[in-house]
Amino acid sequence: MAIPQLQNTKPKVKMTKESPSLKGTLASVFLLGFFLMFTWISIYFLFLDRL
Amino acid sequence: MHIHKYEKIWLFFGIGSLFVFLTIIGVSAFAQGNQPPSCLTTIDPEKVDETPPFNKPGLVKTGDNEYQLNIVASAFAYTPNQIEIPKGAKVTINVTTKDVIHGFEMAGTNVNMMVEPGYVNSFTKTFNKTGQYTIVCNEYCGAGHHMMTAKVKVVNKQ
Amino acid sequence: MNETMKVDRRDAKLAMAHIYVAFIALALGGFAGLLQVLVRSGKFTLPANISYYTILTTHGVLLGLVLTTFFIIGFQFAAMSRTAGTFSNQVRTWGWVGFWMMTIGTAMTAFFILIGEASVLFTFYAPLQAHPGFYLGLTLVVVGSWISGFTMFAHYAKWKKANPGKTSPLLTFMSVANMILWLVCTLGVAATVLIQLLPWSLGLIDRINVLVSRTLFWYFGHPLVYFWLLPAYMVWYVVIPKIIGGKIFSDALARLSFILFLFFSIPVGFHHQLLEPGIDPFWKYVQVILTFMVVIPSLMTAFSMFATFEMYGRSKGATGLFGWLRKLPWGDARFFAPFVGMLFFIPAGAGGLVNASHQLNQVVHNTIWVTGHFHLTLATTVVLTFFGAAYWLIPHLTGRVMTKTMNRLAIVQTVVWAIGMCFMSGSMHFAGLLGAPRRSAFSTYGNSPQALEWIPYQIAQAIGGTILFIGIILVLVIVTNLAFFAPKGETEFPVGEVAETAERTPLVFENWKLWIGITVALILIAYTIPFIDMIQNAPPGSKGYKLW
Ligand SMILES: [Cu+2]
Ligand SMILES: [Cu+2]
Repeated sequence: MAIPQLQNTKPKVKMTKESPSLKGTLASVFLLGFFLMFTWISIYFLFLDRL
Repeated sequence: MHIHKYEKIWLFFGIGSLFVFLTIIGVSAFAQGNQPPSCLTTIDPEKVDETPPFNKPGLVKTGDNEYQLNIVASAFAYTPNQIEIPKGAKVTINVTTKDVIHGFEMAGTNVNMMVEPGYVNSFTKTFNKTGQYTIVCNEYCGAGHHMMTAKVKVVNKQ
Repeated sequence: MNETMKVDRRDAKLAMAHIYVAFIALALGGFAGLLQVLVRSGKFTLPANISYYTILTTHGVLLGLVLTTFFIIGFQFAAMSRTAGTFSNQVRTWGWVGFWMMTIGTAMTAFFILIGEASVLFTFYAPLQAHPGFYLGLTLVVVGSWISGFTMFAHYAKWKKANPGKTSPLLTFMSVANMILWLVCTLGVAATVLIQLLPWSLGLIDRINVLVSRTLFWYFGHPLVYFWLLPAYMVWYVVIPKIIGGKIFSDALARLSFILFLFFSIPVGFHHQLLEPGIDPFWKYVQVILTFMVVIPSLMTAFSMFATFEMYGRSKGATGLFGWLRKLPWGDARFFAPFVGMLFFIPAGAGGLVNASHQLNQVVHNTIWVTGHFHLTLATTVVLTFFGAAYWLIPHLTGRVMTKTMNRLAIVQTVVWAIGMCFMSGSMHFAGLLGAPRRSAFSTYGNSPQALEWIPYQIAQAIGGTILFIGIILVLVIVTNLAFFAPKGETEFPVGEVAETAERTPLVFENWKLWIGITVALILIAYTIPFIDMIQNAPPGSKGYKLW
């Protein structure tokens, strides 16, 4: 009945000390974040300009 | 729960920015008065023609350089639909509808309101530049929705 | 036990039935979309007095409601059968009951739209009044989806019973979370349809409270978009890591983000009603704050996705800051289509923040910017992810394999879609900033100089829309091939494994009573006072109008 599921059968994970290197990830999300800020601020200034 | 160090940095920055945005719009709304249109005044949609100020729609001078512009929306027209505003006037625009929901958008400006039966909506704007604006209905109201329009001219006062 | 890696044939049939309806809706709704962009270019008029708004209603209902709901339910049935085991006969039978109710409801709704009795658009705002058959059809669709939802809950409960103390499979967990979201939010639309619109259209009641009806609609309308998005996130979190050969970055964070979506996607409907006269500005702002909270799980998702890609690339020897990008399987449509969907979610998210931001909303509200926005979120991010999922799901369910040629065609399809959408959605965004309204047939507004400025953008929309229609034809060719003509064989239903570095998933995530309790509490906080206010200070109600 019970169906073994990949996630459940995985061995107990040891807390690794060396986290994987995610420099590229950090850079990518920050690029994304700056794009969000840029868009938001542009439209906010459009609003102010039209006041 | 274990979260990667970089993810903490990212979430701190991301959530921080969200709160900065919220603060900016909050201060702008509550301290500087840039609230979205929320007039909260009710009206009987079937008696708009008898209810002041909408029984005599149009531009009314209410003070030194202050005006009220009362407009009635109905399928598929605004009354009045040709409006002249003196340059520099601070105009409070009041709109209501006799039938379905309409929009009231002065294209290219911040004047943008939903006009719903039973309510008056209101927005104040100072017109500092001469020129022409097009008012369009931006909420679907039926077959003639895209024909529903009005013109505003901001003119130098004599 | 290897059998369980495959969706049972009988469950596969149920899932495929949903997928067929979804793609038929795509064909018809897409054609309606083509007609719309052509009309709005000003160079084309509809023959035989067909109304632009009838076509627009058809487009919105078929693509926003039918394509999405059917694909999502079919996908989730398959995902649950794959990860939590084959359905019992009872569960499967109820699944079919749900399917037929939804299908009959769809046919009914479509009929009344096409005969011109319901040109009220897919938001059906009162006091525009459609034929009762339109509302009845929608009710059947929603009730059918509820039956499917409870069917999934029953299957999940059975799994829990058989596996006490264990964390449920991630895809099953996510499907359950999405159906809870759907059930809680559709209560709003069901309330306005059953208590207000249906009796009013039947003439049983004379007048309707317009603001209450809109508020109930938008209580549903925003979580609706998350109901579309979450299955795409399922593919991103669970399926994509397996396809690229990597690992799930973190099972626990994936679950956490779904729970956060459940909390924050419902009590936020006022951000669609920011410019309405009958709602107090304070409560508008409260819901704007809650809306911003729903951004957080998407920020988490963005990190997880990049991390999955980077960890995989580095395990394959990538160096430098972005070297891992080169290691990704760009030639695999199962990866490429959803990946392009992810990319488009960046401008989509930026636009969403603008829409939800109080004063910024005043700049864009009901302009065609908004149409451009949800053609990025729904019509690109979600839809391309669904296409990418269909490329393995359909052959898995029909016992076929995707050929190299079809894979290449799917890559071309994705590129065509991206180009078409850049034209269409891009020009919609810019025209919207100039003030061009959404949901409007071609008009020069009495030769207004401002409106004349919008026309070049409308022509760009027509070009983009035409390219997108070619994209629809391509995907229909691929889907038909995969369903009926592709060579027989075995296709994998990819389900990712969790990275070794990830932490074990805490069991607290299965505490649905707690999550639903918090969800309800947030809804009550956000809505109780303004809702009472709406009813207490209600203006006289509205009669129905048929103005088309
Ligand atoms: Cu209109
Ligand atoms: Cu929303």
